[in-house]
This record gives sequence, structure tokens and C-alpha cells, in this order.
Amino acid sequence: MASTLFRNVIQAQPLFLNSSALLRKMNGVLYCTMKSTSHSHTQTATEERQQQQQQKSPQKIKVPPQKQMNEVSRIGADYEAVIGIETHVQLSTLTKAFCSCPYSYGAQPNTCICPVCMGLPGALPVLNSKVIECAVKLALALNCRLSFSSKFDRKQYFYPDLPKGYQISQFDIPIATGGSIDLDLPLEFGGGHRRFGITRIHMEEDAGKLMHSGNGSYSQVDLNRAGVPLLEIVSEPDMRTGIEASEYAAELQRVVRYLGVSNGNMQEGSLRCDVNVSIRPIGQPEFGTKVEIKNLNSFSSINRAIDFEISRQVNLHSQGQQDSIVQETRLWEEGAQKTVTMRKKEGLADYRYFPEPDLPEVVLTKDYVDSVGKSLPELPEAKRRRYEEMGLSMQDVLFLANDIAVADFFDATIQKGADVKLAANWIMGDIAAYLKNEKLSIIDIKLVPHELAELIASIKSGTISGKIGKEILFELLAKGGTVKGLIEEKDLVQITDLGDIEKMVDKVIAENPKQLEQYRSGKTKLQGYFAGQVMKASKGKANPGILNKLLVEKLNAKV
Amino acid sequence: MLSTLHSPRSLSRFPLHLTSSVKPRAASASSLSDYPPSPPLPVAQSPGGAPASQILTIRRSLLSGSVTATQLAESYLSRLRLTEPQLNSFIHVSDSVLKSAQEIDDKIAKGGGEALGPLAGVMVGVKDNICTVDMPSTGGSRILENYRPPFDATAVKRLKEKGGIVVGKTNLDEFGMGSTTEGSGFQVTANPWDLGRVPGGSSGGSASAVSARQCVVSLGSDTGGSVRQPASFCGVVGLKPTYGRVSRFGLMAYASSLDVIGCLGTSVADVGIFLNAISGHDKFDATSSKQEVPDFESLFASINLLESKPLSGLKVGLIRETLDDGVDSGVKSAINAAVLHMQELGCIVNEVSLSSFSLGLPAYYILASSESSSNLSRYDGVRYGKQTVSDELNALYADSRASGFGPEVKMRILMGTYALSAGYYDAYYKRAQQVRTLIRESFKTALDSNDILISPAAPSVAYEMGEKKNDPLSMYAGDIMTVNVNLAGLPALVVPCGFVEGGPSGLPVGLQMIGAAFHEEKLLKIGHLFEQTLQGCRFVPPLVADDPTWE
Ligand SMILES: [Zn+2]
Repeated sequence: MASTLFRNVIQAQPLFLNSSALLRKMNGVLYCTMKSTSHSHTQTATEERQQQQQQKSPQKIKVPPQKQMNEVSRIGADYEAVIGIETHVQLSTLTKAFCSCPYSYGAQPNTCICPVCMGLPGALPVLNSKVIECAVKLALALNCRLSFSSKFDRKQYFYPDLPKGYQISQFDIPIATGGSIDLDLPLEFGGGHRRFGITRIHMEEDAGKLMHSGNGSYSQVDLNRAGVPLLEIVSEPDMRTGIEASEYAAELQRVVRYLGVSNGNMQEGSLRCDVNVSIRPIGQPEFGTKVEIKNLNSFSSINRAIDFEISRQVNLHSQGQQDSIVQETRLWEEGAQKTVTMRKKEGLADYRYFPEPDLPEVVLTKDYVDSVGKSLPELPEAKRRRYEEMGLSMQDVLFLANDIAVADFFDATIQKGADVKLAANWIMGDIAAYLKNEKLSIIDIKLVPHELAELIASIKSGTISGKIGKEILFELLAKGGTVKGLIEEKDLVQITDLGDIEKMVDKVIAENPKQLEQYRSGKTKLQGYFAGQVMKASKGKANPGILNKLLVEKLNAKV
Repeated sequence: MLSTLHSPRSLSRFPLHLTSSVKPRAASASSLSDYPPSPPLPVAQSPGGAPASQILTIRRSLLSGSVTATQLAESYLSRLRLTEPQLNSFIHVSDSVLKSAQEIDDKIAKGGGEALGPLAGVMVGVKDNICTVDMPSTGGSRILENYRPPFDATAVKRLKEKGGIVVGKTNLDEFGMGSTTEGSGFQVTANPWDLGRVPGGSSGGSASAVSARQCVVSLGSDTGGSVRQPASFCGVVGLKPTYGRVSRFGLMAYASSLDVIGCLGTSVADVGIFLNAISGHDKFDATSSKQEVPDFESLFASINLLESKPLSGLKVGLIRETLDDGVDSGVKSAINAAVLHMQELGCIVNEVSLSSFSLGLPAYYILASSESSSNLSRYDGVRYGKQTVSDELNALYADSRASGFGPEVKMRILMGTYALSAGYYDAYYKRAQQVRTLIRESFKTALDSNDILISPAAPSVAYEMGEKKNDPLSMYAGDIMTVNVNLAGLPALVVPCGFVEGGPSGLPVGLQMIGAAFHEEKLLKIGHLFEQTLQGCRFVPPLVADDPTWE
């Protein structure tokens, strides 16, 4: 209540509270500027890849994945890359981490703010318990050890997008440590199962955004994002190639989407990856100098940026210039497809962490953790293993488990007794194609799993033909309804009665004496014509096997 | 020779009572057994000096119709106008006091007297580091000059809901950092007992305003003694509640783990009624307690002043370390007399030693500075407050903060930044936290075997203006009596208990009573009995005593 009141008061003021909240752009680049995308559909890694493979735009410099792999593996003969990733996942809680402001991406600047997330004097943070729930869910999903007592700390630095002059984060006692994540590499990258370590997960708040004026003479602050809850997931330095790293990120995206804790959308910045890359000669136990790469807005940019960076470092190293690999933050430039220096590290930043005195300790009880554990859905890895056991190919497994909505649809379909392989084929074939054409998600279609199962059963039992089945499918996708209803309504039941089909065959033969003559004089190709006519007469419902059998008999009958 | 128990003015206005038969003691008066057994107090007739509750008097008068809220407000405002040029208690005086008073009168006129809040018509001063929606709130800092918050602090919201009228915003040391109120970015407040002296700090404006009857009660904030020491200096009652008892939402943070909003008033009953009005859990402050808030008002009604030994058997621990060298002999004498008085009320007073007591001061200054260096980061000139015109970001920060903050604040930010820096954290912040744990434990032990602990509220009476200005260490040392209580998060009540010679009519001394967490009720009960039975002392400063409009 009160916070609503606050917000009204603030909104009554001009957009930017302090007309002089304009300041000169300081750093040449700001890595966190994410462009808004016009359509809301969010890409998964697989979709992203598929799109790339289809795009054959010659003007863009794009290294085909296979070639890139070869190059990296050639270099990999002498050197090994060591890659770790820090991922920030923006939680899709209804309200921010420490105040009751709702957050919606793309809202007008400074409309989702209150005294707390603006850092007004006297305002205090109060933790949104949903943040803890999300953290515990992810920690359990990533097989982490939970800290039954953790705390918040203040990470202090000055920047105009940080209203309080400190970020509420977790420092020495994160909520979770020591986990792992399992994934299957895509087949086009050679496939294979991987397990990467998770160092820690901690809760923190997001900062606002700076918006720089066109000519760069001033900047404005949008605090809508300030205080939005984040989980930071730090991986162990277990990855060795760009594709491993991008698949790690893709699997994290799947996990957070399965859990429903985040939309995991990279374009909107709901999933942000900062990557650390170093190389070392094979056999050397010490790590090389690590370089951080930022501005990775898609899975493929993670992949390509890392492979570029590995090549860059290996080239320097192999030319004896390893001293020019310095600890720095580099920026991935999508246009030029390369990394460039953003800032050199000047010693270790001192964030003067200390325990946040405004928030009590975060205490978890075993009962709470157990209850959250029980609420977890089947996770991508478990799903993939289950699908594999059902006898599906890895191609099918990866496709179906990629998107939880698709997986749910598939699971519901087979639960209704549908044949596993047939269900997979329908979903991956005609349904996927339809979704793609119509730019829809599987949750938007009118077809329900129960009816897909019914459809598959009707074809299998011979009630309808496969061809009619497809027609019904598109009807169901677009308009809904039931398989039974459509079959009845349109009188689509397959005709398998010998007598009925025989009558139709006889009629067609009788009506086409010329063609019959031609056939009998050796133009046997005309069988197709007769079959077509019979099928037409049956409105497509005649069982093709019976039809053809009878037709051949009749056509070849001795007169 | 010191006249420890009575101000000359009290002497002239009221008959001296016999409790002064105790001679002032030398500094070594550490053993209580030195005191002769005290004669029973003649408490049957409440002496004229005992302070009555202004809040209860106001309520009775309003309900009986003998006075209107507007008349009351006008009388306080006229005294304020008269005294303010000399005192400078307020940074801002509200222009809607009479309007608020009229609303209360309208309510009474419509027969809504029954529905009047417990603070109806009560004029309240609010320390300027506590946010008020309709008035500037500066924290005493130039960096927030003309800043107007979009919300009321929870304590202010609650007092308004209960009928309280905010008179204005009282002066303070910038962001609460100081012990004299000379550290205000705007003005220097005078002590109503001696205009050449400071009112103490940092809630100096709140103490001075209550002492001079410019308002009935006031809100202060207490991080290391900022309510209690000025209460002592100005001869008023000051209460620092248990950490978490009152919501900090809307209090500009100085040291979040120590900050508490406290109450000042001219009687223990007023302070108790006021505390009740502003206490309780607040969903906007995660550190506010869900402990039930007792009805302190019924407590005062039930206390039997006729009983000869109303505090019979109550165990009181006098903290030995608070009467060491460095405490003015006049203060010691007043405290010793107060001890005697408590014994007369039936208390069993024993000395207790808190071994970690002396560690409190350095630990406090490290922790408070560390937290303040962080809490004050938000004053960066970007979103609100003072902003210096700059064409480069770092210059904007540096210039805005350099011109907005005063020297004491800058010093504490520097100290705190240093203490939290990598490589120093363990030696300073972490050790100070360990000391804090020790202090908490030693208080717990002492309070397990005693109902309350007592000490002076400050080692001296009010300083002369300028006396501590260039001697911060000596000013910091003045906080020795109070900082430990904040580190332990305990409630403490300061009640005026005597005088030391000085100024035109003596300078008041305050007795600090420390209780177990959330035992404010006990402190208020004891404080009330102590105050009502204290003979011969009338804590009305000359500025007001000379004013015919008072009483
Ligand atoms: Zn907010």
C-alpha cells in the first residue's frame, strides 16, 4: 500500500527526478546496453542454431561451426583453453528483490521505482521471500550444497546506475556452493555428454541502466531495473571450447526455464554471461592469464567470442608473445566478430564488502528445503535420459527436451497412450513446422495432447488414413476440437469394407471404358489414374491397400 | 564546592528537601556501603517539583473542553517564537500546526472526542534526519538542503495517525554524527539552561526544544547516545528503545546496526506514552521486531506512589567502570545521590563490573564509521540533493560530496572506508564485531543477576560552545557511557537526577538506566517512580521558568 503511494508521488514528478541527473558519459562503452527485440518470442540455443544454419547471408562473416571446430581442435593439439562462466539470471518474481515494485522489461524509464530501489534517504530493503525460493530451486537443480544460514553483504562502488552506492549481494557465505550441471552436446558438434562444476550461486540485486545521449554529451539514468533480483551462478573453470561454454549457458537457460524462475531471455538481458578465458600449453598444470569477455548477447556469440579469443591467445603464445596476454576485460564486437580491449585491470578492485546490517540472516530450515525439493519439476537432464531410455534417437531427445513446453506436450501425449516414436515424429515434423510458420509457441496452439494421442491411435487403428490424419491435425492446430468430432462431422472414417470399395471400383471402371481399353492394351501406368478416381469418389476415405488390391484384380480380370 | 543536587533556581522557588543531607562525595566513592542508611521518603504528598505528564494533561483538558487544541498550539508556538531566536532548536518550523490543531478541535466539536488519538493535540518535534513528507528533511546536512522526501518515516506516520502534530524539524549534528549539535550544516543550537553551552548531540535540537517547552515531546535518534546525552545535558527524559522496537524506516541511516529512533519528553510518562504510539513491527523495516508493545500508559496509572518502598527488592547494578577517572566529580556526586534515592525506594544497589566496557568506545567508532561510510554513499548528487555542475562523472561525485558534507562527516567516511578496506578489514571491522559480541555477553550476564543497570548518561554536564570543536577525541570520549548500550542493542532511559553548579541556574545531570532487551516497561516504571519521588529538583530551564505563559 505505502509503496504504491510513494510511487504515485514520484511519478508525479518529471521523468528524471533531478533535472541535473544528466552526466557526461564516462566510459567509452557500456557493456550492459541490451537492445529491445520487437517480437516477444524467446530463442533457445537450438532454435538459434537452426536459424543460423538456414541463414545463408553472404555479406555476413560467419564461420560454419564445423570449420571452426576444426580450427580450434588443430590449435588444441598444443594448447588447452580453460573457460569459466559467471552467469546472471534475472528472476521473474512479481516484485523486485527488496521492494514491492513490479518490474516489466521495456517499461517507460523510471516508472517501476520507489524510494527503496531509488536509494532515497531513510528507505530500507526488505527481502522478497520468492527470491530465496528461486535460489533454493536452482541450487537443488544444480546439485549444490545449501547454506542453511547465509547472509547478505554490501558490495560498494560508485556508479550512477547504482542508487545506494552499494549493491546488496552475497560475499563470503553464498546461499549455495559446490554443484554440477549435466548436458549433451549437439550432434552437429560431435555430440557427447558433459558434466561441469558449479562453484557457487548467490543472490543479489540488479543495477539500473544508463542511457547515453545521441552525441554522447550526457547520460540519463533509468532505475527501472535497479533492485530486480538476480542469481549469479559461477561455474568451475571446466570448459575447454566455445561450444562447451555456449552449451553450458544453454543448459542453464533450460534449467531456469524448466524451474520457472526466469525467462532466461538473453536478448532482454535476463540471462547474461561473462566468460573468463585463458590458455595453457597442454600438460602445464598452472592456469594462464585470464581474460574476461563481456557483451555476449546470444549463445552463438559466446561460442564465437571464445573461439576467437582462444585463437588470439594461442597465436600470441605460439609467437612467444604470451606477455601481451594481460588480465583485462574485453568486449565482443558482433559486427567485426572479434574481441577488443574494454579496460585493463588496475590491481584488484576493493569493494569493501561487509555484512548488510539492514537485512537479517537468511535461515533455511530442512523442512523448507524439502518442500521446495518436492516441488521441482523433472529437469532437462533427467528428461533426456528418460527419453533416451524410451528408445528415441539423440536427435529427437535433444529436440524434445530443449523446450519445457514441448517436452510437457510430448509427455502428456504419450501419457495418453500414444506411440512414443509416432508422437515424437508428429511433434517434430508437422507441428513444429506449423509453429514455425505461424510464429507460435506450442502453448499457443488449440491442439491438446489428448487429441494428438487420439489422432495417432486413429491412424494406427486404420480408422482414418495418414493423409486424412494430416488434414485433421491442421484443423486441430488452428481451430481445436476433437479427432472424433472432426471425423464424424466431415464423415472421414476410412472405408475398409470390401463390398463398398468394390462397388466404387466397378463404377469407376465402368465409367472409363477408354482408359480401361488402353490399360488392357499395355498402358498399365493408368492404374494410378483409376486409383485416383476411386479415391476421389470415396472422398479420400477408401483404404488405399484394399483399393489397390481390388483395382488390380478388376483391371486385370479376364473378360 | 559543588551544589550537586539542586539548581539555585530550584532552591529559590521550592523548599529544599532533606535528601540533600547526603554530602557530595569524593571521586573515590565507589563503595555503596559508605552511604548511611537513608530515611524513608515522605512520598505521601507529591512535591511540586515532580513533573506531570503533559500528554495526559492535554488530553484531559481537550476532553473537558477547558482548552482547545488551537489554544494549546498557539501557546506552544508563541513560546517557540519567543525562545527560538536564542535557541535555534529547529531547522524548519511547520506552517500547518494551527490547521492540524483546528482539525482536532473540529473533531471534538462534532462529538468525536472519544475517537481522539492518544497524542491528540500533542506538539511533537521531529529530528531532521527523520523523513517527513510535508517538510524539508535535511539530516542537518547541506547535501540535502531543501530535500523533501516523498514519504513519512514510519514513526512520524504513526504519531500523526494518533493525533500528534509535528511542530517542526529539529537541529542535529550532520547525519547524527556528533555530540554537541555544533556539527549541524545549518546552525548551532543553544542549551536552554545556559545559552553559552551546547545542548549535547546529536539530537540537540530535539532535547533543547523539549527542555524549553517549544514542544511536548520529540523524536530523536540514538546511534551511540544521541538521545540520552542531550537529554542529560538539557534536563529532560530521554529513551533509547531496544534495537528493533521502533521502525527505522524513514530514518536517514548513520550506522544501521546501531541506529534507533528514540523519544524525549519532560516526564517519564510522556516518553512512555509516546514510545507506545510509535513502536511495533513495520513491514518496511526487516530489522523491526515483532515483539508485542505493552500499554505503558496503564502502567503509570497503576503505580502506587503512596507505597513507602515501591521498588522493594529491585536489584540495581551500578556499572563500576562508569564512575572511573574522567567522570566529573559533580556528575559522580549526582549519581551517588541518585543511588541513595533508589535505595530509599527499596532498590538493592550493587556495583557490577563490565570487563569489556572500555573496549566499547573504539569498537563503536570503528563500526559506526564503517557503516556510515557505506550509508552515506547514496548522497552522490545524482538523483537528489546537492549537485555540483561538472562535466565529468568523478568530478561530479567529488565536488558534490566535498561541498555538501561537513568536516566531521568526511572524517567518519574516511575512517570507515579505511576500516573496511581490503587488508584492514580483519584488524578493524572484524575485531570490532568480536568486541561487540563480548559486550553483548557481558551485559547479558550483568542483566541476568540485576533488574537494571545504572550509570551516568554522560561523564560531564553540557559543554561550553566551541569547547570540543577542535578536539574530536575528547568529544568521542564523552560517548563512553552510552555507546556500549547501542552495541548491545539494549533499551536505556535517561532521567534527570540532579544538578551541577554552572550557568545561571545550575546544569542538569542525567541518570542512565539500562534494561534487558524489550524490557522498556521495567525501565519506565522505575524511571517514573524515581522521577515522581525525586525531591527538590525541578527541571525547568530558566528560559522557560521566567516565562509567564508556562503553566
Ligand atoms: Zn522499488
